[in-house]
Amino acid sequence: MPSKILVVLEQHEGKVRRVALEMLSLAQKLSGGAVTALTFGPDADQTPEILGRYGADQVVILTDPVFEQYSSDGYAEAVRQVQSTIEASAVFFPATAWGKDLAPRVAGLLDAGLATDCTAIDNGEGDRLVAIRPVYAGKAIATVHIDSPVQLFSIRPNIQPVVESQRAAQLLSVPVNLLAEQCRAKVVEERAQGGETVELTEAEIIVSGGRGMKGPENFKLLDALAAELGAAVGSSRPVADEGWVPHSYHIGQTGKVVSPNVYFAIGISGAIQHLAGISGSKYIVAINSDAEAPIFKAANYGIVGNLFEVLPALTEEVRKLKAEQ
Amino acid sequence: MKILVMVKQVPDTATRIRVAEGNASIVTDGIKWVINPYDEFAIEEALRIKERLGGEVVVVSAGPQRVEEAIRQTLAMGADRGVHIKTDEALDSHVVAQALAAVARAENFDLILTGKQAVDDDAAQVGPLVAVFLDVPQVTVVLKLEVDAEHQRLVAERELEGSIEVVELPYPAVITAQRGLNEPRYPTLPNIMKAKKKEVRVESLQALGIVPNVKVRTVSLSEPPERPAAKILTGDPVAAAHQLVELLHAEAKVI
Repeated sequence: MPSKILVVLEQHEGKVRRVALEMLSLAQKLSGGAVTALTFGPDADQTPEILGRYGADQVVILTDPVFEQYSSDGYAEAVRQVQSTIEASAVFFPATAWGKDLAPRVAGLLDAGLATDCTAIDNGEGDRLVAIRPVYAGKAIATVHIDSPVQLFSIRPNIQPVVESQRAAQLLSVPVNLLAEQCRAKVVEERAQGGETVELTEAEIIVSGGRGMKGPENFKLLDALAAELGAAVGSSRPVADEGWVPHSYHIGQTGKVVSPNVYFAIGISGAIQHLAGISGSKYIVAINSDAEAPIFKAANYGIVGNLFEVLPALTEEVRKLKAEQ
Repeated sequence: MKILVMVKQVPDTATRIRVAEGNASIVTDGIKWVINPYDEFAIEEALRIKERLGGEVVVVSAGPQRVEEAIRQTLAMGADRGVHIKTDEALDSHVVAQALAAVARAENFDLILTGKQAVDDDAAQVGPLVAVFLDVPQVTVVLKLEVDAEHQRLVAERELEGSIEVVELPYPAVITAQRGLNEPRYPTLPNIMKAKKKEVRVESLQALGIVPNVKVRTVSLSEPPERPAAKILTGDPVAAAHQLVELLHAEAKVI
């Protein structure tokens, strides 16, 4: 087992994503020594309590004004310096837009191998870790080893369990020398992208519509079901290409790859690219009028019927169930 | 603007992936090879920038003989010339990025574009690694790109989970493209004819000074487990909906 694991995570206004806690829980399970969390920005000083509760033995917070806005080259250089000080044998990043931007940059600086978007990590020989990662968007599963001294992994959100371990994390001060000029790519603005209430890649339940929805005006039926379930709304590729919904809804091999507890495929026939993108779902529910649609072969539960009759009935049944709970 | 576009040839997304005997590779018989879909957005963006500001678009790709066809397709879309790093070896992102960076270093490019990830290994590493090896900044998963040639700066919008991030940076730089950046063009017949005469220089890892030391090793490949046969409900929609909610609540315990 690795003697030390470094977990690199993002925070916004003192709040961390669930994937940060998933990474810390996993690191604590695998590590033979200290788990160190690293985060950035002026509000980072609000994070040590929660990071400790989920598995960090030590927390490094880089609160210098130079870290106020994300910069891929600046942050990567900072991670490199922290890593060379604490000498962790493995470094975890979240496989989010942020982590997937930063991790390969760090891999280049450390001359280290990186396994992207891992769904499982286990101990191997010595300080080596063994990672499982989907390839071809989940049409195949690879087991990978990293041969460089430092092993880097990005961890897919929504897979690892979150385990409370009630540690009081120690603040660790690590000197980092970074000049403003070393942050060449600088974030100058972040704005919300309307539409989704729950992010697809982090959602526990997804309600997704395809061509069978017949038109953009009918997506309100999905929105109603999603509201009852607390679910995110997605789509197949053709309806995003038609402009019925934004591109950010598109789930599949060339869109988002998702791993919810339940995925509702409604009016989606189940093209191979779509099935690849949803293969990480624990349960798949298909609703389609065509009993021969390939989606039923990938599903755990299905209703063959007219979705314009089934959907309102389903929404009502969920409402009743929630009222009882 | 002198622009380098890095492309990868991958199995068409409609391919059903089968693991070959030995669990080390996939069955390649009958695979239709295409340009990685995200790389097409990168090529299109390069061509549009060239049409606006002038310059040259060079395409580079690494892989076996068949990769030349992918390069010819980009030339038919309008790229000016190609570089083919010919190799039959199974490489990781690191080695490929070193080779691509060596090609980039030999000429001074203002901009280096590629897709946000290749849809085969889904590694999403080559763009940022090339940026590190060339010591230039990067922006990944880009939906919109503006070039300010007067000040040698870029403004890029990138997609995050549920939000858009606006990034400013000087160039030379590496940009990786996301769906939504543009709508790639189809090659026209005259351009397909012209593409046959355009230069595709062949390079080798050895000539580029690259030792293929793979850092990330795939020890085995498997096909995902099949799901058990579905419970299919038919008949009255209200009764079916009721039954489904019961199953999801009591059996699957997910709602």
